[in-house]
Amino acid sequence: MADCGEANGPERKNEIVRAKNEEKELTKEEKQRLRKEKKQQKKQKEKKDDKGSSEKSGREKTLDPLSASQVLSTQSPTQKVPASAPIPVPPSGAPSHSSGAPSHSSSGAPSPADKPAKSKAELKAERRARQEADRASKQQGSSSSSKTKAPASDLNPVVKRLPEHVQVDDPAVVKRLAKKLERQQIPLRSDYGYKVSLFSHLHQYSRKAPLTQLLSIPSSVIHPSIVRLGLQYSQGIVTGSNARSVALLHAFKQVIMDYSTPPNEELSRDLVNKLKPYISFLNQCRPLSASMGNAIKYIKKEISNIPSQYKEEEAKTKLLECIDKYIDEKVVLAAKAISKYAIEKISDGDVILVYGCSSLVNHILCEAFDKNRKFRVIVVDSRPRLEGREALRRLVQIGISCTYVLISALSYVLPEVSKVFLGAHALLANGYVMSRVGTSQIALVARAFNVPVLVCCETYKFCERVQTDSFVSNELDDPDELMVTRKGKTQLEDWHDLSTLGLLNLVYDVTPPDFVDLVITDLGMIPCTSVPVVLRVKNVDQ
Amino acid sequence: MPGADKETDLSERIEAFLADLKRGGSGTGPLRGSGEMARETTALLRRITAQARWSSAGDLMEIIRNEGRRMTAAQPSETTVGNMVRRVLKIIREEYARSRGSSEETDQQESLHKLLTSGGLSEENFRQHFASLKANVIEAINELLTELEGTTDNIAMQALEHIHSNEVIMTIGRSRTVEAFLKDAARKRKFHVIVAECAPFCQGHEMATSLSKAGIETTVIADAAIFAVMSRVNKVIIGTQTVLANGGLRAVNGTHTLALAAKHHSTPLIVCAPMFKLSPQFPNEEEIFHKFVSPHEVLPFTEGEILSKVNVHCPVFDYVPPELITLFISNIGGNAPSYIYRLMSELYHPEDHEL
Repeated sequence: MADCGEANGPERKNEIVRAKNEEKELTKEEKQRLRKEKKQQKKQKEKKDDKGSSEKSGREKTLDPLSASQVLSTQSPTQKVPASAPIPVPPSGAPSHSSGAPSHSSSGAPSPADKPAKSKAELKAERRARQEADRASKQQGSSSSSKTKAPASDLNPVVKRLPEHVQVDDPAVVKRLAKKLERQQIPLRSDYGYKVSLFSHLHQYSRKAPLTQLLSIPSSVIHPSIVRLGLQYSQGIVTGSNARSVALLHAFKQVIMDYSTPPNEELSRDLVNKLKPYISFLNQCRPLSASMGNAIKYIKKEISNIPSQYKEEEAKTKLLECIDKYIDEKVVLAAKAISKYAIEKISDGDVILVYGCSSLVNHILCEAFDKNRKFRVIVVDSRPRLEGREALRRLVQIGISCTYVLISALSYVLPEVSKVFLGAHALLANGYVMSRVGTSQIALVARAFNVPVLVCCETYKFCERVQTDSFVSNELDDPDELMVTRKGKTQLEDWHDLSTLGLLNLVYDVTPPDFVDLVITDLGMIPCTSVPVVLRVKNVDQ
Repeated sequence: MPGADKETDLSERIEAFLADLKRGGSGTGPLRGSGEMARETTALLRRITAQARWSSAGDLMEIIRNEGRRMTAAQPSETTVGNMVRRVLKIIREEYARSRGSSEETDQQESLHKLLTSGGLSEENFRQHFASLKANVIEAINELLTELEGTTDNIAMQALEHIHSNEVIMTIGRSRTVEAFLKDAARKRKFHVIVAECAPFCQGHEMATSLSKAGIETTVIADAAIFAVMSRVNKVIIGTQTVLANGGLRAVNGTHTLALAAKHHSTPLIVCAPMFKLSPQFPNEEEIFHKFVSPHEVLPFTEGEILSKVNVHCPVFDYVPPELITLFISNIGGNAPSYIYRLMSELYHPEDHEL
């Protein structure tokens, strides 16, 4: 940090603190002066953040949560910093919003009583000593830091911000999103058609109006492979949780290969900032899935963990390797592991029911067929997506004998079914399975006929959200797809003209855990309720 | 000769009716509701009574039974035809008994006492000739016809007792009875209807457009979303093709899922079914319970390469067990499913259960 700023900052802050502590009556002019100074400091700090060196700013970032936790746990005996002087919180607490300021004040301002005694140089020395200690402990990665981190994180309430795509009925949120997109130069996609009142908090887009129509050519902000990916998502060319995540990671690989660090920028920070508008764009094309969210988190973590001494080429190859490893581990090898477990559950003479097109379930069935298990498959499909036809094609090509019905004929076929295999889009932390709409229905009727239901899901699809019904967070597809032309007549042709008529095309639903008998993951076969255990194990590992 | 002309005219009409039945079931003819079918059957039976040659009640019953067998064989899934035949047979028995002067109660049910004391001889052979029998029977059939014409209105009149304001009601497919029921309630109350489209025929679309034109807030959902939206539904009101003897239903496919979802959320399931749909069948007769239509509706011929290698099923009906049903609303009022057997004994004579 530049010295002048440092010098000004703690001084001014101390003045304020002192003034408050002495409980002087601040006159109007003094208050205005203080406000102006605070604003100046904020601006200076932001400017410094933008062009400051990565080390210092990186350290400041790590310093912030720690110091914030220190602010909370001043009385806790586990002081991480071998403090030369205790750092009491000024009783009034610096009344500023940015997280930088309290850290600034708490790290910069020793007790007001001591202030006159310490000189600027001593303050600087203290701060440097603290930063060295932080760096040392971080490099250790030792249990001490994790120990102190763990109680700190327990005390920090996890403030989850509600995602924007479930707050469409809140005009403030919509305005904020519009401003953010404008800043990132991404067009805003507008809602289409009459929305059923129960779902007014969700977006509803039309497939005939893709977002890419609103982009200008050439588009300088968004990488072309991302534009292509967005179009593929919104038109439904790339569907399915695994396919979407893998396509996303491949597109990001392309982006990284074409990326070059601008001068005076650090790759680890600039690349993350470059990815943000891409992610907003993809979100506008189609809301991100849980697996995509986890993949993005992983990439961002990998990018920001790139040590600064790596040259650009090294860093890029390392990132590409990381992405390949992620795909390999989490998708390909996981599928192999899951097939191995699942094939144990398939015996000769089985009649297996599957729903829609799940890449994982198709893979399991193909593997089982290769291992010469004798079984036949019933594929259940539903309008309007009719994804089951794709699964049917794949299975028939391999030579499995299949039956095909629509979901309304479920009660007719279930008496002859011995097992139900379902895929999942995500597994929520309260044990609910989020999957294609209709899955919960299949599980319900299967339970009524006493048929076991097995869900197959890779662990990278586990997410920490909780949900109990299919309303609060869902996706609304194009309502026009419900229309059908039979015998030359389309009944719902003029549904727009009828103000009281609404079409609802849901994409996902949640299945309660009591309908599911077993979840097969790459970690083994677990009951539905063990999902939070797996999440915790994963978090500790990382 | 006028007599011969009448006969040929009558047989022509019967043949035309049978041909209609056969065509109507395959989906190519005009799709007619069961109410219309019941009325036409009764009118035809009245004509047979008036024009056919018979001398005693037994002859008439034989004639009608024969024609009834032919009609049900033409279209086994159209149970209203068989039901009307049985009703007319019961009418004939009653009129005969009244003409003979014996009170009705003694001939009602087969009691154990009667079985033991009768000595195995069936007393009634309906051989006596009564002059006024024809007129009485035709009058009774006319009464039946009037009853049939008023069933939908009778059911719709009860709508306000069951629907309150701001309700969310769910239904599936298209039922004219339910349509009339909801439209009648919509005159006074405001509520929301969710219609499941019921693939592959998607008759729910027609229902939804018709309801929304009447000013009711309607939403169309895909069949797959039935369980997903069920948590917000207050009542499920459905129609049915047949009400079976045990109180179960033979309804359009997808209804069993709907009933299970309603049971899971403890949502009441109300069935609006007029009395002529009550049939003495039980659900165990597998061969005649299910009806299938062309699998082209499910997997079209455009998917040619895989079409030959897969089995495709397109059943039309679903069985819904009586435990999932809360209430039957018919033209004679509301009943629990456990009461259906009693109603049946009032409508049909046990000997007519097998035509």
